[in-house]
Amino acid sequence: MEVLKIATAGSVDDGKSTLIGRLLYDTKSLTSDKLEAIERSSKQKGYDYLDFSLATDGLVAEREQGITIDVAHIYFSTATKSYIIADTPGHVEYTRNMVTGASTSQAAIILIDARHGVIEQTYRHFFINNLLRIKDVIVAINKMDLVDFSEDRYNEIKADFQKLVDKSDYEDQNITFIPVSALKGDNVVTKSNAMQWFKGQTLLEHLEKLDTIDIYNRGRVRFPVQYVIRPKTEEYHDFRGYAGKVYGGEIKVGDEVIVLPSETKSRVKEIYFYDKRFETAARRSSCTITLEDNVNVSRGDMIVKVDELPKVQKQFTATISWMDVKNLTAGSKYVLQHGVNKVLAKVSTINHKIETDFSGIKSDITSLGMNDIASVSFQLNKPIFFDSFKEHRTNGAFILIDPQTNNTAGAGFIE
Amino acid sequence: MTEKLHINALENEAIYIFREVAAQFEKPVLLFSGGKDSITLVRLAQKAFFPAKIPFPLMHIDTGHNFPETIEFRDRLVEELGVELIVRNVQDSIDQGKVKEESGRYSSRNMLQTTTLLDAIEEFKFDACIGGARRDEEKARAKERIFSVRDDFGQWDEKNQRPELFDMLNGQIELGQNVRVFPISNWTELDVWTYIERENLEIPSIYFAHKRETFLRDGLIWTASEHVYRDEDEEVEERWVRFRTVGDMSCTAAVDSYATTISQVVAEIRDSSISERGARIDDKRSEAAMEKRKQQGYF
Repeated sequence: MEVLKIATAGSVDDGKSTLIGRLLYDTKSLTSDKLEAIERSSKQKGYDYLDFSLATDGLVAEREQGITIDVAHIYFSTATKSYIIADTPGHVEYTRNMVTGASTSQAAIILIDARHGVIEQTYRHFFINNLLRIKDVIVAINKMDLVDFSEDRYNEIKADFQKLVDKSDYEDQNITFIPVSALKGDNVVTKSNAMQWFKGQTLLEHLEKLDTIDIYNRGRVRFPVQYVIRPKTEEYHDFRGYAGKVYGGEIKVGDEVIVLPSETKSRVKEIYFYDKRFETAARRSSCTITLEDNVNVSRGDMIVKVDELPKVQKQFTATISWMDVKNLTAGSKYVLQHGVNKVLAKVSTINHKIETDFSGIKSDITSLGMNDIASVSFQLNKPIFFDSFKEHRTNGAFILIDPQTNNTAGAGFIE
Repeated sequence: MTEKLHINALENEAIYIFREVAAQFEKPVLLFSGGKDSITLVRLAQKAFFPAKIPFPLMHIDTGHNFPETIEFRDRLVEELGVELIVRNVQDSIDQGKVKEESGRYSSRNMLQTTTLLDAIEEFKFDACIGGARRDEEKARAKERIFSVRDDFGQWDEKNQRPELFDMLNGQIELGQNVRVFPISNWTELDVWTYIERENLEIPSIYFAHKRETFLRDGLIWTASEHVYRDEDEEVEERWVRFRTVGDMSCTAAVDSYATTISQVVAEIRDSSISERGARIDDKRSEAAMEKRKQQGYF
């Protein structure tokens, strides 16, 4: 079984939670006690339909206001795939949550209310999915029951959305349009009778056929050292194992490698996964490797293949998604966490702000507020070993930590 | 075979999280209840640090109302692992007058654990507490981060959580704060059972079907025990049951079952139409029961 992580985004009332509830209900993923709770609560509120949004809106404040305010994770599975939905809120002040949810997803569902069509929020959602390089975007045009299941309305919205796609610089992205009614169940799991004109797949059919391999993790191998294992027992007296997760490709016993920043060359001697030894460590596996030579390696160092060097620099420019109440200004200092490596970073310049509605850039900016997205240049106290985000989705991203509050204040994507 | 791929991905993620805890914190502790989730955590920790031993102790907050089978199991496992086990008792918190024993029909020591836990965190100056909570268990837990910061009072501020991006975990905290860590956040109940089966892990006997003295209340099967309040008209009968979660006797209901092996249990979970916490009496108190407990410092 494969795992597919999907980020969902939508505006406050366009029925995102209802869509997820519908997916759970129609795939028989809701257990009887959860279903009873939904029935009970729907009846209490006097609804004549089942309020599926109750299946996902977890926090008390959300139930009070009837909106989703944080990232919630929802799990369900079919015979072919195991799904994780990162349900993120849609309103403007929560851009940071959308970036967060999208950062670990391979696909995204953007919801549009068929009555309102493409609105400013839609721009923002699409923009963030592009920024995070989400390969598969599904545009679910919801509440079709409220526009008489009109094909014309569907085509109109599709054409409006296409104008956004034309402005995007991300050419390999797959975009799929599906007209749905989450409330009534049309084209979510089962084909709609009311929309016979639609010849495409239902939402679930589409998801079931998606390739789950995250293409941005293919390519050059990156092994950031997380932890050095030195058991100092009789049996493993001289054991020095480097524990970490393999990104980008595979590591094999005998591979010629180079350790950064010391630039020491060596070969992979052994690959351990628990108490067994393997010839190969697969992409995204958490393993422990040993090297032929006795080199000095510590946490934050990176092991790469000799002919696949990343950039090693103390200055770079990145697109920043700002997430903190305290503004980012030129000259401010942060702890920059790149994978498991931490360095000190100083903002050299804020180059320009990027409007999330595709209207372009705004120069002469002196500070960034929460939910702003901008191009920022940094100066580090020590070099880091990176690739551009477009080439390497894991080795091109970092977070900024405010040294005073310890909060994760922003995310960066290296240009 | 294909199912294993899915479990492998979850296992790799959990091992990564364990290593981040060991690297980023000075005094981590693994909270161990003897239940299936914490047993899974122990195996994952072994895998993360092999051939070295698990580099932190286990801690059990004992309500004194645990199933005796769980305690026997706990002591045996710790001896095999060769790690330190810290036990702190809710009874001591009651004796010290810090918490008051509940009384009446739904009385339970489950809520009282929080005080004992927070005291122990302070006593040992733990800066990271690893727990087996999963996001699929309950709605409030679905919003939980993998590294979840708690203030000096052990409280969870669910509206002001740190964003978690990609694989990057930010464990920077101030003195007095601590982080709750959830390595199996993304696992479902079925994933845990599939893993226990694959790894051939030993689990307490109460997870398998057995004959037990029980009584029925509110459609749930309760254990008849001196620790559980029972009305005179609530009739005790012997049934074939097993437990899906191992909490306190007073807050964990049994389910009808004849599953006596792991594979039978896995098959039963797969076909089950009731969620795991459907048999948790503590969650039925109100729709927001878990969220309220979490804000106060509960796991």
